[in-house]
Amino acid sequence: MNTAELTRILPQGVEYVRILPEIILSLFGMAIMVLDPLVDQRASRKLLGIIALAGSVAAVLATLYQAQYPGTAFWGMVKVDSFSVFFHFVVTAITAVVILTSYEYMDVQNIRAGEYYGLILFGAVGMCLMSSAVELVLIFIALEISSISTYVLAGFRRRAATSAESSLKYFLLGSFATAFFLYGVAMMFGATGSTSIAVIGQVLRTNSIPLLAYAGIALMFVGLGFKVAAAPFHVWTPDVYEGAPAPVVGFMSTAPKAAVFAVLLRVMFEANAPGRVWLIWVAAALSMTLGNVGALVQQNVKRLLAYSSIAHAGYLLVAFAALPANGIPAAMFYTASYAAMNVGAFAVVAHFAGAGERRISLDEYAGLGRKSPVLAATLTIFLLSLIGIPTTGGFFAKFYVFSAALQANLVGLTMIGVLNSAVGAYYYLRVIVMMYMRESRDEAPVAPLSISLSTALAISVIATIYLGILPGQVLEFASRSATELMR
Amino acid sequence: MNMDKWSPMILSLVTFIPLAGAMLLTLLPRRDRDIRVFSLVVSLLTFVLSLHLPVHFHRALAGFQYQIDIPWIPTPNIHYHLGVDGVSMWLVVLTTFLTPLCVLISWNSIHERVKEFFILMLVLETAMIGVFVALDLFVFYFFWEATLIPMALLIGMYGHGRKVYAAVKFFMYTMIASMFMLAAILWLYAKVGTFDFVTLQSAIRAGQVDNFASAAQWLFLGFFIAFAVKVPLFPFHTWLPDAHVEAPTAGSVLLAGVLLKMGTYGMLRFNLGLFPEQARANAWWVMILALIGVIYGALVALVQPNMKKLIAYSSISHLGFVILGIFSFTQAGLDGATFVMLAHGVSTGGLFMLAGILYERRHTYEIAEFGGLATSMPVYAAFFLFVVLASVGLPLLNGFVGEFLVLSGAFQARAVYGILGATGVIWSAGYLLWMYQRVFFGKITHASNETLPDMDLRERIALVPAAIAALVMGVAPLLWLNAIDPAVHAALVPFEQLAGKVVGQ
Repeated sequence: MNTAELTRILPQGVEYVRILPEIILSLFGMAIMVLDPLVDQRASRKLLGIIALAGSVAAVLATLYQAQYPGTAFWGMVKVDSFSVFFHFVVTAITAVVILTSYEYMDVQNIRAGEYYGLILFGAVGMCLMSSAVELVLIFIALEISSISTYVLAGFRRRAATSAESSLKYFLLGSFATAFFLYGVAMMFGATGSTSIAVIGQVLRTNSIPLLAYAGIALMFVGLGFKVAAAPFHVWTPDVYEGAPAPVVGFMSTAPKAAVFAVLLRVMFEANAPGRVWLIWVAAALSMTLGNVGALVQQNVKRLLAYSSIAHAGYLLVAFAALPANGIPAAMFYTASYAAMNVGAFAVVAHFAGAGERRISLDEYAGLGRKSPVLAATLTIFLLSLIGIPTTGGFFAKFYVFSAALQANLVGLTMIGVLNSAVGAYYYLRVIVMMYMRESRDEAPVAPLSISLSTALAISVIATIYLGILPGQVLEFASRSATELMR
Repeated sequence: MNMDKWSPMILSLVTFIPLAGAMLLTLLPRRDRDIRVFSLVVSLLTFVLSLHLPVHFHRALAGFQYQIDIPWIPTPNIHYHLGVDGVSMWLVVLTTFLTPLCVLISWNSIHERVKEFFILMLVLETAMIGVFVALDLFVFYFFWEATLIPMALLIGMYGHGRKVYAAVKFFMYTMIASMFMLAAILWLYAKVGTFDFVTLQSAIRAGQVDNFASAAQWLFLGFFIAFAVKVPLFPFHTWLPDAHVEAPTAGSVLLAGVLLKMGTYGMLRFNLGLFPEQARANAWWVMILALIGVIYGALVALVQPNMKKLIAYSSISHLGFVILGIFSFTQAGLDGATFVMLAHGVSTGGLFMLAGILYERRHTYEIAEFGGLATSMPVYAAFFLFVVLASVGLPLLNGFVGEFLVLSGAFQARAVYGILGATGVIWSAGYLLWMYQRVFFGKITHASNETLPDMDLRERIALVPAAIAALVMGVAPLLWLNAIDPAVHAALVPFEQLAGKVVGQ
């Protein structure tokens, strides 16, 4: 074999740039795992936290750098385009903010830091890879990398029974769902003769659509629907979110979801999935309704936010039923703004919960407006954004989704969505009412905000407000990547 | 000329100075006195700046003035488009006029979480002004929703009694209703590709909107329900008495003085402006609901044992007049409706302030708790009588002009509307004067009423502007009407064409 042939077969330098964020995250993750046994346990939390933060920030920068080198890599398995860059940025930014949130949480809960930070970084590798993978088998592998990390992370409050329950439930049901996805991939391969999304898209566009492709899409949607907590595959969500550590919930309700939505966008639009509109219509309507109705009666803030995340998955899915030119950017924008507000909300919940996560019931938020005005005001901003009040990212997110749906003449689905957001306002408002209009029963002080947590909250607030006042830039970027994707 | 340089900026300045003040306020240390003084300065500054609008307004012109139109967000195509015509200009001035008075009246009654209170109030002021000056439907909706949160928090945090219930009810009612408006706005955007009010209006008039004929009725209703809840029109009124009774005084003043007008202003601007044919087709049942509101509100007010609830129901009755005027589609009716909006803002604002002054002293609004107050509080009684008479519609005070015009408009539309509406005037004299008699005349029945201190200087300063405004508006209504008239006339043009079409057939 001569050199010319070798360079043809082996990946070129630029192809490594196209997976640079993944490489960086893996290296930092491994470094943390190696260092963990070498440093003293108390000191390790601080040190490893800083390393993890450095890793995630480096990954954000790598994403920005990578954006200058679009193209495919590794024999057409990975593709860097504006679309993947967008989701890389969302995932890595979430990772950085979650690490900032965890920094203080680790000490308060007395959790061993090594594996924790390692797993977050490894999980982020899977999520990043999901958004740039354009080949179903690689997508499956990336999905597994991300899922297995989150299964373990859910059980990290080792001393709490609910946390173990959460982890086990998530693991069992999650593996089941992944199997569905894999089965769907196999059927898709049977129907089209390829696992490459671009090729599948071409086949499904030109030929008459084989019945097997419908089955393949349906099964893949079961698997992915589970991961984004879309009804009717949502039943695990409240229990898992309740038991898992609060920063981890902030992480797993946003980053893996963003990645899976990226996969769904590629599968539904780039691969031109048959039967898309009705599949999505039903799932979206169910998620919005069941999520909001379920949230109405919750007394536990984490469960409340879990149901709210089901509802938001529903709003997001509405965009998938729309036309690609409006639907894709709307979904991307929604992912970003949902990430900003939800990570922030869980950061507040994590801080307020205190040692052993004792304070997570809604009643305990009474009087927070007086005890800690800053914390209450921040949470209020996130909740208003979740309601969808103007000047917050949540408003434009809903706005783009619903106007995309209207442009596709989905009036019924839009009406369901709009009415649901009105119902949703009620339970978010309950939290605000608790904080500002009820007096607290105890005078237990709220721990002062640490620098790391304040930074995390500031980033989330700024992102939420930025998306609510100047959404143009982000949406334009998303529209551009949508056109690239559909070319 | 100096004015031309200012013109495009002035609306933005008036709108956002309170917000800027609120932001500065977050940085100030928690020294209550400084915070109060600062808020007063900011709100007075806003008022003085807003006076630029009527002073330099071209009164003979019908269109929007002081316009500013710059692209804000490219997709969707949202423009930062502000402008006022003769109707909205006065509503802006009403808002900026009432806010400093609210700061004064809350001086001592708010003594906990003072900083938050004034921040919320200034944010609310920005949102309210924004509603009146926005000419982009999106920006309008933006401000419309933005009024909700500070108001709900003001009620829920500083109110009394069942304040949380009242705040949540207020929020949910308005929120759910405005969702329908949002859906209608989105539909229009999906078809026309712009949120700009002027562009939309001309596109609709030129018949360039696809499927408009089949959707127009729904669009009309979408906007109408949002505004009807805000006004509130019977039977969507049930949030109002709760919100008013539990709200702090300043909250009640702004709620009755400005927020309710957002609903009637919306009907005038959007329901009439965008959907004239549907407005005409639906006018009969709107008029009936408005008349029910006028009479029902008055009858319920008559039997209220609670002073604040009485004023709240009187608002339902008075706002019924406004809708009556708007949907009469006559020049006099619309002029009168706009004038009632302004007059009601001043006089009901005054009534709520007076009720608040009494509450500060006795911590109750029950009419039965009082009696004979004229002896112990003569100045207070004089102010109260003046404002009551203004509200009742005594000639030469502000209530009379508007009611007269509305009723003459209603007569022109159909005599029975005018006759039934006129009974509302009689009722209002009944319940207000009866309340006055029970509170101020007769013997003092409760010992604690004998030693009540009369109004102090600060309270007088808060009430005197309202009283003067009520008098000037009654004596020289043309100052206001000559700006309102061209705007109203322009709004009525499509109706005259419609009427012509009907006659032609």
